[in-house]
Amino acid sequence: MTINQNQNNETLVLALEGRLDTTTAPELEAVVEKIPENVKELIVDLAKLEYISSAGLRVVLAAHKLMCEERTGTMRVKNVCDGIMEIFDMTGFTDVLNIEE
Amino acid sequence: MREKTFSADDKALPEVIAFVENELEAACCPMKTAMSLTVAIEEIFVNVAHYAYPNGGGTATLAIEHNAEKNELMFRMTDSGVPFNPLAKPDPDVTLPAEQRKIGGLGIFMMKKTMDEVFYANENGENILTMIKKL
Repeated sequence: MTINQNQNNETLVLALEGRLDTTTAPELEAVVEKIPENVKELIVDLAKLEYISSAGLRVVLAAHKLMCEERTGTMRVKNVCDGIMEIFDMTGFTDVLNIEE
Repeated sequence: MREKTFSADDKALPEVIAFVENELEAACCPMKTAMSLTVAIEEIFVNVAHYAYPNGGGTATLAIEHNAEKNELMFRMTDSGVPFNPLAKPDPDVTLPAEQRKIGGLGIFMMKKTMDEVFYANENGENILTMIKKL
């Protein structure tokens, strides 16, 4: 998996590319743990994400909690493909995450 | 029916996924269904890898069969580890708000939601999980 990070002032964009599964989720977890304190807006771009399993969902939820609960920031998820949207629907993540149409 | 045996270790996951994707393609499985089916098999495999063999060194065998007449897929995961029925776990509450969410158990829940029928058996010291998906 490739994680592209682009920070502009208080906004950080994480663009995920490839597969977010049991073997690659720790890579994203490491990035989420190091999100700089000054970031107030996190944008997770899934345009090039091909696959997500429960290990990946766990990290996405952790990022959401970090931004929205621990820090008084926001997190938005954008460019979700049909297959991943189905996984979000199935697990109720569509109600938890702030998903951009 | 096609069958393959894997080392019961997270490291073997890419091989498992490649095997599943190959069989799904052969069965002309629609793309959208293919992802949730692959996720379901990942969850079951990782479950075996984490819990079936506390001392490591075990294997898991996955069999996949496409019944063209009924247009359904059968997946069967077999391991000879600790007896464990993944279907006995209660489902997580997926309607809770984020702050109350516990993520554990989500994988098995996703597998159950994706498949049309799921059976567990422990026979001759083997855990056998059979999953049916109608295409």
